[in-house]
Amino acid sequence: MKAIVTVVGKDKVGIIAAVCTELAKYNVNVLDISQTVMQGYFTMMMAVDTSAGKVAFGELVRLLEQKGKEMGLSIRLQREDIFEAMHRV
Amino acid sequence: MLNLNDILYTQDMINKRHLDIRTITMGISLLDCADPDIRVCAEKIYDKITRRAEKLVKVGEEIECEFGIPIVNKRISVTPMALIGNSCNADSYVPLAVAMDEAAKTCGVNFIGGFSALVQKGCTRGDWILMNSIPEAMAATERVCASVNVGSTKAGINMDAVAKMGEIIKQTALRTADNDGLGCAKLVVFANAVEDNPFMAGAFHGVGEPECVLNVGVSGPGVVYHALKGVKGRPFDEVAETVKKTAFQITRMGQLVGVEASKRLNVPFGIVDLSLAPTPAVGDSVARILEEMGLEVCGTHGTTAALAMLNDAVKKGGVMASNHVGGLSGAFIPVSEDEGMIAAAESGVLQLDKLEAMTCVCSVGLDMIAVPGDTSAATISAIIADEAAIGMVNSKTTAVRIIPAPGKVVGDRVEMGGLLGSAPVMPVHPESAEAFIARGGRIPAPLQSLKN
Repeated sequence: MKAIVTVVGKDKVGIIAAVCTELAKYNVNVLDISQTVMQGYFTMMMAVDTSAGKVAFGELVRLLEQKGKEMGLSIRLQREDIFEAMHRV
Repeated sequence: MLNLNDILYTQDMINKRHLDIRTITMGISLLDCADPDIRVCAEKIYDKITRRAEKLVKVGEEIECEFGIPIVNKRISVTPMALIGNSCNADSYVPLAVAMDEAAKTCGVNFIGGFSALVQKGCTRGDWILMNSIPEAMAATERVCASVNVGSTKAGINMDAVAKMGEIIKQTALRTADNDGLGCAKLVVFANAVEDNPFMAGAFHGVGEPECVLNVGVSGPGVVYHALKGVKGRPFDEVAETVKKTAFQITRMGQLVGVEASKRLNVPFGIVDLSLAPTPAVGDSVARILEEMGLEVCGTHGTTAALAMLNDAVKKGGVMASNHVGGLSGAFIPVSEDEGMIAAAESGVLQLDKLEAMTCVCSVGLDMIAVPGDTSAATISAIIADEAAIGMVNSKTTAVRIIPAPGKVVGDRVEMGGLLGSAPVMPVHPESAEAFIARGGRIPAPLQSLKN
């Protein structure tokens, strides 16, 4: 299943590394990354494929949210369809 | 490829501007539950609802988690109960309402609609029994919603039923007096009721519907309000365009969730109701949208025009976003469920007469309005008749959901709690309509041509 991970929070060293490590742990493949820093806030979106993931999608949502809390970031995982539906006719 | 701004925009809509799926409502036909023995009938009803809707809440929660968009309510609508009750040798249908309530609790849904009768042209024995059962049913159950359709463009208005419903509303308020007449918040009187409405309290599963179906109601006044802030002072062409685009985006969410849920539940997808449904939360108000257009307070002169434009633009934007549109489709103006409406009513600017005018151009009617406890049954019937006449003549759905709060007077406040919110008690005209309502009979169906 294709999904989007969004990470928002105060910029610091190692955010991408930590998120990618976490995703690798659950065998989630990263397809694309786009990232910027807006007014000191780190903002990143990753397109990922969860088809071969080791845990169920819902569980992955919770695990990433948990990881985000530990790092003082907001990490969200949502199916790509919701964005496609809203922004593509 | 999606860009970062689109993604953040969608997330802001959900997280900061109250975008949500207001309800996924499963419609279930109970026509095969008819039985002469009301206990057997009640058992069949409970069994069928719990079997069909067993996974509704679970699937709803899964989708919420995967898409990251809240689905606020999971609900059930059933065949108008008077049709089923007609088969029973009984003089009260309260046991059927109790069976609905139990089934709703087992399934984990917060409301179940369909304790209903369609009497626009006349009443069967079962219709009378159902109407007479409403006060007790509303007091004895927690989650059951009742509705009665008293008029239509094709049939006219059944004034006997209108008179009856004024009394039923009064009795329902008295039976639930401990909760400020909360029972009346779950009771709607319709004209031109629709068969596929996913919204409570008026949802029922019409006889033209399939065995089981899934309908979706979306929300998003906060999103529209925020979008309009970006076109401050601009001409209405731009306002309408902005609302259309936003409505398209909101409705696409409903379509996506509806299709996904129906696939997982293995029931056909019915419709998306193109609605702007407010909640009492700050920033989720239809009244505030109207005020953003340039009105000092909702209810002042210009409100009807603003609402007409908003309602039309919502439909135009939404209709392309969904392959099947239906239900009530339009902006809702429930007073107690809209923070801006509450404020406008409390300030005295928003009056019943203006609300009635507003219902001519939007969905659905005089909704969630508290009036003094000593309002007579005839006055309530007359309010229903006025609203039904608007619906009948304009070929649209109208409704009355009114709470004559026992012991309350103008200036008091009625607390419903949760999504039902709180309503300031609004004044009604003290002059009597007793003799008008006492006439009974039927107002003939209106002419549908020569429309000037």
